[in-house]
Amino acid sequence: MAPQISTLRRALFMPAIASRFMAPSALSRSFSRSADEDCSTFTVDIAVQFKGHNVEPPAQVVETSAKELMKFFKDMSRMRRMEIASDQLYKSKLIRGFCHLYDGQEAVCIGMEAALTKEDNIITGYRDHCTYLGRGGTLPEVFSELMGRRNGCTLGKGGSMHFYKKENGFYGGHGIVGAQVPLGVGLAFAQKYEKVKGVTFALYGDGAANQGQIFESLNMAALWDLPAVYVCENNHYGMGTAEWRSAKCPEYYKRGDYVPGLKVDGMDTLAVKQAVGFAKEHALSKGPIILEMDTYRYHGHSMSDPGSTYRTREEISGVRQERDPIERIRKLILLKEIASAADLKSIEKEVKNEVEDAVAKAKESAPPDPSDLYSNAYVKGYGTQAFGCDRKHSTVVLP
Amino acid sequence: MRAAAEKGHTSAASLPGIPRASKLITSAVAAKSEATTSSPSTKPGHEVLLFEALQEGLEEEMEKDPRVCVMGEDVGHYGGSYKVTKGLAEKFGDLRVLDTPIAENSFTGMAIGAAMTGLRPIVEGMNMGFLLLAYNQISNNCGMLHYTSGGQFTIPIVIRGPGGVGRQLGAEHSQRLESYFQSVPGLQMVACSTPYNAKGLMKAAIRSENPVILYEHVLLYNLKERIPDEDYTCCLEKAELVRPGKDVTILTYSRMRHHVLQAAKTLINNGYDPEIIDIISLKPFDLYTIGNSIKKTHRVLIVEECMRTGGIGASLRSSIIDNFWDYLDAPIMCLSSQDVPTPYAGPLEDATVVQPPQIVKAVEQLCQ
Repeated sequence: MAPQISTLRRALFMPAIASRFMAPSALSRSFSRSADEDCSTFTVDIAVQFKGHNVEPPAQVVETSAKELMKFFKDMSRMRRMEIASDQLYKSKLIRGFCHLYDGQEAVCIGMEAALTKEDNIITGYRDHCTYLGRGGTLPEVFSELMGRRNGCTLGKGGSMHFYKKENGFYGGHGIVGAQVPLGVGLAFAQKYEKVKGVTFALYGDGAANQGQIFESLNMAALWDLPAVYVCENNHYGMGTAEWRSAKCPEYYKRGDYVPGLKVDGMDTLAVKQAVGFAKEHALSKGPIILEMDTYRYHGHSMSDPGSTYRTREEISGVRQERDPIERIRKLILLKEIASAADLKSIEKEVKNEVEDAVAKAKESAPPDPSDLYSNAYVKGYGTQAFGCDRKHSTVVLP
Repeated sequence: MRAAAEKGHTSAASLPGIPRASKLITSAVAAKSEATTSSPSTKPGHEVLLFEALQEGLEEEMEKDPRVCVMGEDVGHYGGSYKVTKGLAEKFGDLRVLDTPIAENSFTGMAIGAAMTGLRPIVEGMNMGFLLLAYNQISNNCGMLHYTSGGQFTIPIVIRGPGGVGRQLGAEHSQRLESYFQSVPGLQMVACSTPYNAKGLMKAAIRSENPVILYEHVLLYNLKERIPDEDYTCCLEKAELVRPGKDVTILTYSRMRHHVLQAAKTLINNGYDPEIIDIISLKPFDLYTIGNSIKKTHRVLIVEECMRTGGIGASLRSSIIDNFWDYLDAPIMCLSSQDVPTPYAGPLEDATVVQPPQIVKAVEQLCQ
């Protein structure tokens, strides 16, 4: 047992050591030009090596700009703030049921958004708050939905695990582990059927990676060359069970066997961006590919799980110190002199106010109307009504 | 015992599958005159077997709407294990008539995902029983996504396949899934029993924006009937009045309709006048038609093929009690299959399902 634990620890911290040696390049920027508008690109080295399975990994350098980095910082700070606020709301019993927080994993969804468009689809499991935000969701919609209010993103009837934004290609938000992956293959099937030039990214966790339907649907995606990319967000724990205790082969990017795979440092936003762009191209030309994002969640599995009974506090704080995605971007911004530390602090403050405003607004918004209990159970049309025997009294009216 | 004169109409040959022409129309059911193929004003129609009727309906809808596609095991090149999709792959191509690997959970999930974007897939379970593997997808994603997404997604999917007790197919291939799926909110369920309603229901189900489960029966695929040439659909929520009567309302669906019709021959000869309704819509029940019938006859017999426990009959019984208690003169009788896995041996298998003599006896008991 002991050797396996230390292997895991080593795996978690190894990338951190390498990140100290990010090679600087390009000229330093002056503060006079607004960093948010500066689109001139420069390259950054990706610290941790990509590992490929049956595929040549992409280059270890990625192109970015000051504008992009500032956007990363702001968006990730907003997501981090949102999750912390949700933690507090849950503890004050304004959010009930299950609440699965994503803090620590922000780099995955932000990196993905940087490489994708709205033509591409994303589908994920229940840890979906930040992915929803990344796909164009707004903070008031998130908090209203979490608190079960009528102006939530799914009218207060979905809850934490059911966020959707169809117009932006975000297909949820699903409660049953792994069940979203066949849905994702269906989305990819529809893209191929309708000849849409987009790709579907189906996200699942290391726990879900052992589900049969992952392999069943992967077989179909590969068989029919569907533009599907499987993204395993490996945060190393399936609720309370560490990966080495539930998977014979915890190298999830290799488990596709005939389907190529790529292992990515999921705490490095730029690495994720590079890998996702590479995967999208692969899916459009050669077929499915699996991406394994090596990431970490600071909170427990959900708010009902303290998260410290199956892992040590040193491990959690260690990852937070060494590999935190927001800190990485902050260091890069400071290194490249894109903005000052004070600028970044003020962005964080701005984002904190945004979140607090949204929470306050959501707290005041109304719960769903009682008649909403029955709305959207069926789609109206083609005679969906049943009457009592005299057509006056209806016992079942399907709206 | 009612006198024969009171009956008011003679009973024509009640062979299963042949609609009773002019007898079908009463005020209880919206006019469905296209059913009367013997009427001289309509086109002559053509004779088909039930599986051909299903295939016609499917083909017509696929021609009309390019978003309609079929997925299932052996639906493409093989032509379907019950020939419902015969010839479609040659006509529409491999992507629209997709041969899937044996992975019900995943290809049902895939169909639901495709439906979320606007495609209209039809999932075929080679045998309905195999769809139990897809129960999670059908219950949680198919049934619930319209609701949990606040109306953002519709799932216009049709899930169909043969179920029911066949000829000694064994326990696992003789399942009746209507009782398992009936509580899933968000689903609609219909059961076809004749070539006419098979084609009509298939087309209506494909056009419906809601997820519909279409239950076919293994033993009914070779029923022959003359159906209209023109385009028609059947309403997904309306029951079919098969034979009007006065003494008792017999509610049934799928294969049991034909057992009831057989029993009806004996009953009519013995002077009874049963009103036979094929409920068609298993979820939601057509309480309007059913209620009007009970108002008239005051006695109800339910004949179904699913198990006694938690079956369609159980739900129907409680709906009737809730809504029409005052009209009942006798307790509702429900004949269902025995609560056992279907045995292989012929006589035992026959004993698990309801047979015509039992139906006759039940009506006699009810009408005392």
